[in-house]
Amino acid sequence: MREIRPRTPVQWLLVLAALLYAGVLLLAPIFAIVQKALANGLQPVIDSLSEANVLHALQVTFWMTIAAVIINTIMGVVIAWVLTRQQFRGKRFLNLLVDIPFVFSPVIAGYTLIVLFGRTGWFAPTAFPIVFSLPGVLIASTFVSLPFVAREVGPVLGSLDREPEEAAYTIGASRWLTFRRVVLPGIWPGILYGVVLTLARALGEFGAVAVVGGGIEGQTETATMFVFRALNDRNEVGAYSMSLLLGLVAILVLILMRLVRHNTVTTEVVNNE
Amino acid sequence: MSEYFPVYSESSAIALPTKRSQAPWGAWGLRLAAMTYLCVFVAVPVIVVIVEGFRPGLDAFWTSLTRPAAMNAVWLTVWTAAVMTVLNMVMGTLTAYVLVTYRFPGKELFNSLVDLPFAIPTLVTGVMLVLLYGPQTAIGGFFENQLGFKVIFAPPGIVLSLLFVGYPFVIRAVQPVLLTLEANQQEAAQTLGASGWYTFRRVIFPAVRPAVITGGLLSFARALGEFGAIIVVAGNIPMKTQTATVYLYGQVEAGDMSAASAVSFVLLFIAFAITLTVDVVESRRHA
Repeated sequence: MREIRPRTPVQWLLVLAALLYAGVLLLAPIFAIVQKALANGLQPVIDSLSEANVLHALQVTFWMTIAAVIINTIMGVVIAWVLTRQQFRGKRFLNLLVDIPFVFSPVIAGYTLIVLFGRTGWFAPTAFPIVFSLPGVLIASTFVSLPFVAREVGPVLGSLDREPEEAAYTIGASRWLTFRRVVLPGIWPGILYGVVLTLARALGEFGAVAVVGGGIEGQTETATMFVFRALNDRNEVGAYSMSLLLGLVAILVLILMRLVRHNTVTTEVVNNE
Repeated sequence: MSEYFPVYSESSAIALPTKRSQAPWGAWGLRLAAMTYLCVFVAVPVIVVIVEGFRPGLDAFWTSLTRPAAMNAVWLTVWTAAVMTVLNMVMGTLTAYVLVTYRFPGKELFNSLVDLPFAIPTLVTGVMLVLLYGPQTAIGGFFENQLGFKVIFAPPGIVLSLLFVGYPFVIRAVQPVLLTLEANQQEAAQTLGASGWYTFRRVIFPAVRPAVITGGLLSFARALGEFGAIIVVAGNIPMKTQTATVYLYGQVEAGDMSAASAVSFVLLFIAFAITLTVDVVESRRHA
């Protein structure tokens, strides 16, 4: 459809309704947190974010997110490759499995980890502690962010021109070299977009991490768990400061999404036509 | 949502030409890796929920499900999610239509902002909504004193947080469909004298309907599992504002795994039914 300038009052009304709805629903809450967190200036925010337990929570979130992103990027590309380039029985089933973490409640994910690895779990005692310790937090973060890279890379891989690939292969390049030098540059925008989404999801996860990690201060407490504990302890400055920081990270993620999106939009439009 | 949840069409899945079939172990290795990863990380949790749900027996399953607190929690979850889905489908279609059809200042920024709920931790969403609509705030006080109902620590707050979390789903599902819609179809209808509303109802809406349904269902499925925003906004008042996930969290924390298993099973069952419906709607659309 071709873009037009709104002319009639009804058209203006539609635009205003969409803007108003987004403003009230999305923007007003952001202003509320910024105003509340910065009510006494920036200093209290900096002070509360440099407390030892806060720094530890940020570190846990950082490393867990990095690890989940690495695992899901590698496995996401493998899954996308297998689902677009190979034919085999059970492929449809595998394809359905990929989407399940989207609809699997994180709280239930945490619960299943306790059933499997908890004190009286199916696999108890485990060789190393999983529940209420970092391996459990890592499994939970990886689970909730599993589909993104696979789902972003899949369509890009499917629409890739196969000729350069076959040419490289014919003149004697190995499969791995062909993948690295021909396929990878082609699917790179998809990977980047998937990575940003994975990052945002793993970083902000709360339900699964709360159940399986238990939010032990200085050990398994993540950034979001800290906000939750601070709210319960009536540590308002702490809760609002960390919320503000996480909100800022979210806006950074949004900017990254925009930058990366620029490259992929073209491929998608070509696909659709 | 097709951008985020694309369906793999069979046509895009052509096997590599196996001119050099001496390295099939590479293909096999990749397939095995993908299968193992998905089975361990996704299939196992599903099996756990099913097995644990029925392990205590059907009677026990039924008893833990029909506890008043459990039934209320599941019902609250379902009806708030349903209200959100209806509102989201209407406003999402409108927003997608506006974003595709009209040119106005700030449009690019607006389009980027649509993804905000994907980027922001839902717990932070909850904190923000309490700061805006909580009982001590101007807006919250107005609602409570002038209009006579509470937003925060009450069902309207739950619906509000679900609307925030579900905001992008319908828009991002409908937008690409509208973009590919032939402009001349719309223009032809209007040249023939059809009013804007008539064109929308008879030309545009039928084209985007499957996408609206897909986006709506996905936001519904997402809402069933939402926890972070709700626990802050709704509090944890049994029989009143306790949703299914909050109830589950409480039971797991208290170590009552059999109560948790029944509710987990029901929630997952609804979510799967929705996923399968979406799969059917999408494959029919792409067929």
